[in-house]
Amino acid sequence: MNKIKSLADLKKLQTEVQSKIKLREMGDHSETLIQIKVSMATCGIASGAKETMSHFIEELDHQGIDVIVTQTGCMGYCYAEPTIELTIPGQQPVVYGFVNKAKAQEIIEKHVKLNEMVDGIIPVNYSSIDN
Amino acid sequence: MKDLSLHILDIVQNSIRAKAALIGIEITEQPRENKLIIAITDDGTGMSPEQLQRAIDPFYTSRTTRKVGLGLSLFKQNAEMTGGSFIIESELGKGTKVTAIFGMNHLDRPVMGDLVGTLLILICSPESPDYVFKHQTPSGEFEIDTREVRQTLEDVPLTHPDVRQFLKEMLQENLEQIQISE
Repeated sequence: MNKIKSLADLKKLQTEVQSKIKLREMGDHSETLIQIKVSMATCGIASGAKETMSHFIEELDHQGIDVIVTQTGCMGYCYAEPTIELTIPGQQPVVYGFVNKAKAQEIIEKHVKLNEMVDGIIPVNYSSIDN
Repeated sequence: MKDLSLHILDIVQNSIRAKAALIGIEITEQPRENKLIIAITDDGTGMSPEQLQRAIDPFYTSRTTRKVGLGLSLFKQNAEMTGGSFIIESELGKGTKVTAIFGMNHLDRPVMGDLVGTLLILICSPESPDYVFKHQTPSGEFEIDTREVRQTLEDVPLTHPDVRQFLKEMLQENLEQIQISE
């Protein structure tokens, strides 16, 4: 049976990563980070939410931007999937609809990096996610 | 759903919403018996017999954001379309088990798709539950238990980019080893 191919490799990686984390002095500062929630229910998944989420994770990693990317349930905007909710600390959350890879890229470049909202915001009567 | 990995991602969301701490995902490929079995188990809140009866009704959902719940019914329909079957068992306070048996060689069986991507999204999400993933084919068996991974990583989070990259490669390598042609 194949378990983790090499636990020793993972342990080695753990030591390296731990020292990196210490160097960056990353404490528990999650409240100061931008948060992106990708709606990941049947409607979202069928519309490509998985690709959208993977793109956010990979691109933000690639650019070295610390953002918390999580999955959430259906926000009720099934017609506009994939949907995401972006929260900049201290500001109201913003929900975007029809977020494919290109839109995700635009959101990273403009909203995440420059705090400039882009087209595709839904809806007017948004309150909160009760999930 | 375009492929089976998306169905798995979707069904696991039900377990997450049911506040499961441990979720099992088991895939068994039996080409000789013409069977591909996907079983998802969780230790979440479970369902009452009444809820269980309605769980595969596409017009029933426990959500308040919309009126339909298509995940389980689509999964069931897809399995039955291939001459397979679908079983859901649940007990309040104990958890739920969903088993879909597909006709492996059936023309209408969806492909497995990006299983590694699905597993990474599930495993490497902040505050994710623990997973035991098993994949069995005639070429071998692969198993990963995130409790062991967490133990090895100590206080390094599963969401760290380097950890995610390591797990991606590890999953790819191991799944390739046991892969049989589609």
